[in-house]
Amino acid sequence: MIDWPLVSVIIFLPLIGALIILFIKEDELTSINIKWAALLATLGTFILSLILWLQFDYSNPSYQYEEKFRWFDDFNFFYHVGVDGISLFMILLSTFLTPLCILASWSNIKKRVKEYMLSFLFLETVMIGMFASIDILLFYIFFEAVLIPMYLIIGIWGGNRRIYASFKFFLYTLLGSVLMLIAIIVMYRNTSSMSIEFLQGNYFSYNTQLFLWLAFFASFAVKIPMWPFHTWLPDAHVEAPTAGSVILAGVLLKMGGYGFIRFSLGMLPEATEFFIPLIMTLSIVAIVYTSLVALAQTDIKKLIAYSSVAHMGIVTIGIFLVNQQGLEGAMMQMISHGLVSAALFLCVGVIYDRMHTREIEFYGGLVQRMPLYATVFMIFMLGSVGLPGTSGFIGEFLVIVGAFKFSSYVVIGAAFGIILSAVYMLYLYKRIIFGTISNNKLADILDINTREKIILIPLAISVILLGIFPNLFLDPMRLSLELIITNYEIANAK
Amino acid sequence: MLNNIYNIFFIPEIFLACSSFVCLLFGLFLKKNAFRQTSNLAVFVLLLTILLVYYDNESNFANYKSLFSHSSFINFFKILALLGSIASIIISKDYFLGIKLKNFEIPILLLFSTLGMMLMIASNNLMSMYLAIELQSLSLYVAAAIKRDSISSAESGVKYFILGALSSGILLYGFSLIYGFTGSMNFDDISFYLSKYENLNLGLIFGLVFVMVGLAFKVSAVPFHMWTPDVYEGAPNSITGFFAIVPKIAAVALIYRFCLVPFENFYLEWSQIILFLSIASMFLGAIAAIAQSNIKRLLAYSSIGHIGYILIALVAANDDGIKAASIYMFSYMIMNVAIFAILLSLKVKNEYLINISDLKGLSKSNPIVSLSISIIMLSMAGIPPFIGFFGKFYVFIAAIEQELYVLSVLGVLASVISAFYYLRIIKIMYFDEIKSEGIINFQISFQSKIILSLSLFVIICFIFYPSLLINISASLTI
Repeated sequence: MIDWPLVSVIIFLPLIGALIILFIKEDELTSINIKWAALLATLGTFILSLILWLQFDYSNPSYQYEEKFRWFDDFNFFYHVGVDGISLFMILLSTFLTPLCILASWSNIKKRVKEYMLSFLFLETVMIGMFASIDILLFYIFFEAVLIPMYLIIGIWGGNRRIYASFKFFLYTLLGSVLMLIAIIVMYRNTSSMSIEFLQGNYFSYNTQLFLWLAFFASFAVKIPMWPFHTWLPDAHVEAPTAGSVILAGVLLKMGGYGFIRFSLGMLPEATEFFIPLIMTLSIVAIVYTSLVALAQTDIKKLIAYSSVAHMGIVTIGIFLVNQQGLEGAMMQMISHGLVSAALFLCVGVIYDRMHTREIEFYGGLVQRMPLYATVFMIFMLGSVGLPGTSGFIGEFLVIVGAFKFSSYVVIGAAFGIILSAVYMLYLYKRIIFGTISNNKLADILDINTREKIILIPLAISVILLGIFPNLFLDPMRLSLELIITNYEIANAK
Repeated sequence: MLNNIYNIFFIPEIFLACSSFVCLLFGLFLKKNAFRQTSNLAVFVLLLTILLVYYDNESNFANYKSLFSHSSFINFFKILALLGSIASIIISKDYFLGIKLKNFEIPILLLFSTLGMMLMIASNNLMSMYLAIELQSLSLYVAAAIKRDSISSAESGVKYFILGALSSGILLYGFSLIYGFTGSMNFDDISFYLSKYENLNLGLIFGLVFVMVGLAFKVSAVPFHMWTPDVYEGAPNSITGFFAIVPKIAAVALIYRFCLVPFENFYLEWSQIILFLSIASMFLGAIAAIAQSNIKRLLAYSSIGHIGYILIALVAANDDGIKAASIYMFSYMIMNVAIFAILLSLKVKNEYLINISDLKGLSKSNPIVSLSISIIMLSMAGIPPFIGFFGKFYVFIAAIEQELYVLSVLGVLASVISAFYYLRIIKIMYFDEIKSEGIINFQISFQSKIILSLSLFVIICFIFYPSLLINISASLTI
């Protein structure tokens, strides 16, 4: 095993990179140095996080690489970080996507490069920190601190309605998370502990659980987002710069799902049992409704944003099935969606950089000029639809298998959503890629360049890898998920 | 016991009073640079007073037990007030010189008002409390109107005076009722007298309400807040800074002591009043600030909102509440010192910055300054990882300990509303397109720079070692 604080190094390496960048003077010539510094810091973090995976003990369901220091003298708040099967891949997802984001912004971010890179590195630190926290207060601090860089990224480098979108994003998610703060304090008052590990032993009375559950729900339902709390998402996605959308879809939405697994399932099992019908209803409405809305979009990014809400509906169904297939499916769907939607946003970014529009109408027949682009786009599009052999299939399949144990209505709803997802994605693909070039402006559009290849090909490989060898990812998380399910069943059997 | 008569001069309050007179004489006989020299001397005197307060254990004030009290809570707030006072004198020096207001009386007035505040915090008797409040307020009335040739400054001084006098009158009437019905002015005696009764009689309730109204004026809690935005707006910026930072500390300490010492057994009676003041202040502070275009008015409403949060901890009325109040007050002081240190050094077209919209483009011309303002604003909004979050966090811990769930939820909702206007400042600095450049100057003296850097350091780095402050505030007894 590793005897140095690996997790802390992973958390704070991007921040150290940010501090170094802070002291690089920005002008025309040196902005390239800033980009390289940011790229190296994030790549270093990614490589270190791979060590996390390689050294991971598959037979241990609880936290590994734990680090614990006393933080507050008066209360039991600790700086307590560690990784288990659930957070491992969330951390990997964050560290994998951030360097790609830096690369994706290499040439299209021209103003305030320094602030941009600072925001991204700070964002990476807080994202990893959030997934690695075992202390709830620490979790909360990271959870809210995410808002600061994201607010700046949308607000400074976003599109025309960026100010509206950034405020909506910030205030909406803040409203959810402050209620969680109250819930966290109530939990602490009842148990005198802030350890996620400890609190998973079910210590709350039934009525307390119901209130706590609602407070956590307010926060995570906004974050994931569930219908009807999703309205901030299309705005934020559309206005954010490409890399901002990538992180938003790739990692920030998963904070909601992660929170549901850790807090709602892990700590409030009886209340979860009570609220399962609510979640199922909302999820099915979300899947069907947002799929239909996605079908009607004219903006590519907005379409993908709505498809995210639908995919997250599958995730919430999977989580709240509370069985092995459901939870594994939800985790796989989160990882897969993190890769696929991130890649789709990057693909949109590729043509947006060239044409500066995201209107579907504008495009058509891109395959004539951009064959390579058409190919990678197809892989991700099929991944999003859930074609066997891609990552999307595994998640959706497992969730549906799990759902059969619960109720066939849920299966019908979820399956209907999957069909709809095929409809809107294929329709989108047909409209922008196939056909002949009808728009003269597209006549000399260039295919993807080397930098874009470097970004998109690793994503395409991992989407397929995930689809062919799902056990590579499922094995490490299996025991941790089993632990949560066992605790849940014990609590509800009482 | 005083073994030696000279020891009397080492009592912090007496030392401060005597040195203030020395400062006055010193300023009077200086021909050149009187303002600057007196300010420096005043800062030095205040520093010495901090030392005296720090080493002033039990012995001295015990002799004045009937009038003043002594506790760790009192000492903490005294030191806080002195620190705030030092910081605001240092950061305002250049501003006064910049607007050619070189009366050496200004630091002296602030010294006397600080003396009043120290007495306010320590007072243990209705009479000494009233006199201390008056000493503090009278100096501040003059300070608000110190820019004699400016109509707005004079107006703000007069407004402050009239409303302050009104509130003092109400306060005094409340005192007389309390004295009339309990037969004592001493906090401890009142407490002892009241402990014999189950219920307050009508006269005492009236007295309590009147005193609460008077104190609410002093802390500027809604609905007695009307003077705050006007006075903040009219007074010279540096005096506004002083208003925002220091008197609030003393007034909060006073309202805590008044509720928790003589009336501790009648929690139900006063907590309803404070509960209302708290909710009204949080929401009005959050909503009214949204429409402001003047940064000073905005900070006035922001301070009203902060008072609302501190009053939550008072409603909680437990040990955690006292702890929360001291942490919150500390963070409030630090954040205000930092923001005023910046505001007093920012010039737009050779005028000191007043309109929020003038901050436009600051992120281009002064990236470090705009980053600092953003951090302060996020901290004031209570977003982690900055110090403002921990202030609010402790307040809610105290409230939930007392099972005040509804109040806590209202509190966090108000904090979301208030986040809007703090974010708006960041939006103006970073998001808005810049039309013209280079009109904003940031000139800061070395001393203010130290103050600013120190307070920013505390705002950012509090999270890494919170125990330092928290251990102190956990040990406070009222």
